[in-house]
Amino acid sequence: MAVEQKESSWLGRSIKRKEDDRFLQGRGNYVDDVKLPDMLHMAILRSPFAHARIRSIETSEAKAAPGVVAVVTGADLVAHKLAWMPTLSGDTQAVLATDKVRMQGQEVACVIAETPYQAHDALGLIEVDYDPLPAVTSPQQALEEGAPLIRDDKEGKTDNRVYHWEAGDQAATDRAFAEADRVVSLSTFYPRCHPAPLECCGCVADVNPASGKVTIYMTSQAPHVHRTVFALVTGLSEQNIQIISPDIGGGFGNKVPVYPGYVVATAASLLIGRPVKWIEDRTGNLISTGFARDFHMDGELALREDGKMLGLRVRMLSDQGYAYADAQPSKFKAGLFHIVTGSYDIPAAHVVTDGAYTNKAPGGVAYRCSFRVTEASYFVERLVQKAATELGMDPAELRRGNFIQPEQFPYASATGFVYDSGDYERALDLALEKIGYRELREEQERLRQSGDENGKLLGIGLASFTEVVGAGPSRQFDILGIKMFDSAELRVHPTGKAILKIGVQTQGQGHETTFAQIVANELGIPAQDVVVQHGDTDNTPYGLGTYASRSTPTAGAATAVASRKVREKAKLIAAHLLEADPQDLEWEADHFAVRGTPGKSVSIQDIAFAAYTNHPEGMEAGLEAVNYYDPPNMTYPFGTYVVAVEVDRRTGKWKVRRLVAVDDCGVRINPMIVEGQIMGGLTEGLAMAQMELIAFDEDGNCIGSNFMDYLIPTAWETPSFELYDTVTPSPHHPIGCKGVGESATVGSPAAFVNAVMDALSPYGITNIDMPVTSDKVWEALRSRGSSK
Amino acid sequence: MINVSVNGRRRSGEVEPRLLLVHFLRDTLGLTGTHIGCDTTNCGACTVLLDGTPIKSCTFFAVQAEGREVTTVEGLASGGKLHPIQEGFKEEHGLQCGFCTPGMMLVSKALLEENPNPSEEEIRWAISGNICRCTGYQNIVKAVRWAAGRMQEQPAAGAPV
Repeated sequence: MAVEQKESSWLGRSIKRKEDDRFLQGRGNYVDDVKLPDMLHMAILRSPFAHARIRSIETSEAKAAPGVVAVVTGADLVAHKLAWMPTLSGDTQAVLATDKVRMQGQEVACVIAETPYQAHDALGLIEVDYDPLPAVTSPQQALEEGAPLIRDDKEGKTDNRVYHWEAGDQAATDRAFAEADRVVSLSTFYPRCHPAPLECCGCVADVNPASGKVTIYMTSQAPHVHRTVFALVTGLSEQNIQIISPDIGGGFGNKVPVYPGYVVATAASLLIGRPVKWIEDRTGNLISTGFARDFHMDGELALREDGKMLGLRVRMLSDQGYAYADAQPSKFKAGLFHIVTGSYDIPAAHVVTDGAYTNKAPGGVAYRCSFRVTEASYFVERLVQKAATELGMDPAELRRGNFIQPEQFPYASATGFVYDSGDYERALDLALEKIGYRELREEQERLRQSGDENGKLLGIGLASFTEVVGAGPSRQFDILGIKMFDSAELRVHPTGKAILKIGVQTQGQGHETTFAQIVANELGIPAQDVVVQHGDTDNTPYGLGTYASRSTPTAGAATAVASRKVREKAKLIAAHLLEADPQDLEWEADHFAVRGTPGKSVSIQDIAFAAYTNHPEGMEAGLEAVNYYDPPNMTYPFGTYVVAVEVDRRTGKWKVRRLVAVDDCGVRINPMIVEGQIMGGLTEGLAMAQMELIAFDEDGNCIGSNFMDYLIPTAWETPSFELYDTVTPSPHHPIGCKGVGESATVGSPAAFVNAVMDALSPYGITNIDMPVTSDKVWEALRSRGSSK
Repeated sequence: MINVSVNGRRRSGEVEPRLLLVHFLRDTLGLTGTHIGCDTTNCGACTVLLDGTPIKSCTFFAVQAEGREVTTVEGLASGGKLHPIQEGFKEEHGLQCGFCTPGMMLVSKALLEENPNPSEEEIRWAISGNICRCTGYQNIVKAVRWAAGRMQEQPAAGAPV
């Protein structure tokens, strides 16, 4: 698909969002706002143990409690073959525990009652007799000889290994290391964190006993895929299932997997014949749903004395929780982690990845991350920083000397990616200029020379990240065999207004505005005249959902292509109206004109009216088109972030003084919305670098199970950001766009940590794992005798 | 039996003593603009104004509101016209998913009534009891500044409903 480079009043325009008015007036429609007649309420009883055999579950008292209609246990589900369900990575996960619980917070029983208060009251009346087992709380422990077997439900499974997978060329990498002058190594851990969208998960399942129609209002980032999963899991006919993902209060990947609550509520509605609502509480969300990261990484970079990178070796060990439930659709076991060579022209690389079961929640990959690119980017950007320190080189110059050059695109990486386009040095230069890099380094030098033992430490951190988003080409990506295309269906009404139905779905990204602008750009129908429908499987074409920054690369492309198909038909109608040969017509913004005949033209609105009133003989009436877009490649957004931090050496507290972010996501449709995505991502990046942590004690108790323990930055902790852009269009996207939603969470954590490590480098401190809390910094400084 | 004024309208109802104010607003009165995000008073999605002061309605019993005035997001616009704070959030892209927005706007309203021209730092402090996962707060700060400007230009625009 060739990029059409042309001036348009609709691309690059920060129009205000069409979706805002309802949210501003409290008229949104989130799942918990859905109220159906005769609706029941469901609450979930969760396991207090991380690993335990279930001896018995006694429910009679709960069943007799006021308002209780039903109590459901795993044994009840076995009868319907619903006790286990498939995960998106081809593993299985319990719906309600039958034999064992395998994580704290696992779903054990559900109460369905007339009111939510009654349902929660009755949970306390269920008696479960547990026989606790030793818990496995780290992947290293999981892979030890004799470790407790977690998935003893799987026939023939004798250990806790989930996968072993390699990428790249080991022999070539070994040769590169043999030739290297210097080898720099880094061992680091990207801890478990959680997307924690402000709205928890939930659903209202409404099975009509008369018609058999199943309507499920659900917090879903991928309603069509979820419909197919429901059909496969429950055996219900897919045409009778309608999934409606109404307004969603943030997703960040947390709402991609299918959770037990959805399945039990649907089964309960089916059996009881009344609608059942389940709304998760915050603890349920944090301890049982799709987490992020939990990656142990170590590796080495081979360099020449002058800083030229020759080879990269990385070993990775992933903590998968008790099921392999990564919401990642690639054909690669560890997702896209092998993009770990980042923005650098490293001729040889070898990546070894292993995954292990532990007694923790399953469902990794979430949190604004395109299938493990976040971990990869963090690792290489931290390793480059360490290399600069060890070689005594400026980290900006070390990066510059190793960047993939603009003329090298499309660039085939050592681990098998083909980068579409990039100009990394331009982004780096702009970032350095905007932050005043040289002046900052001079200030840092002055402070270091001043000998002030109580003064603040100044640190400067960089990250020149490359992302890989927009899954994806069907040869590499599928979910349950369904190829990862995405779709758009455009219908132009007689009055020249239009409805666009898309296979993706918004959780705040502004699709209702951005996608209307794409139609406006292609057809000249003003964005305010285009309504964008999404999130309802009965009323949108099949699509794979919104995550991994894929909406604009896939459904955005489909929208442009569908619009062009409409334009092709409009041309024939225009020729008919103008009594001209179609070949003599020229498209100009919003009308067809006869070439060389001034004044002879017809607007898209008049063409639309004619499509229903006066179309050429032999032509079908109407003006609409559908496109299912299978992207030829991923898109590779990139950028450079530079952070200046100040560390208080007496307390270990660090604060961002300035952050300059240069992002290149190709052509920007609505810069205001793009910048909103970047600022949100930078804040989440800071959150991971500084405070967010889902930790476990040795018994597998989750520490971080509410917002008192799982810290999220407020406006007070969050700095202001300075945003800039360069534009390097994607050569294969119809309007040159790349995805952007996740760039900042991918790129920024390393920049923050690099900045703190830069501040601490005079003390020989080279690594502190995230979250880099004040106490860790203080402890590191103290252990080197430099803190008072 | 409680009597509460909600957005200027007298509402009464039979409630369980343990019923939370947020459930009274959402489920009894059908005012679903007030959201629930954390259950522990940390996130502020459930923020409403009680006699003009922000409170978190997820840890406040409905009966505690007896005889008092509650303002929710549904009470911000008046006469079909958005409140300047609502306009500010739209103008400055101060919202994405919209889930935190009602609470953010209500604490901002209370701030601007007390301090019509707050600094960035004062705004950040005032909204620090409310979590937003989408915006990074920068545009929320701008939105409040925008509203402050508008309310100073046109004092009537932000007059209490």
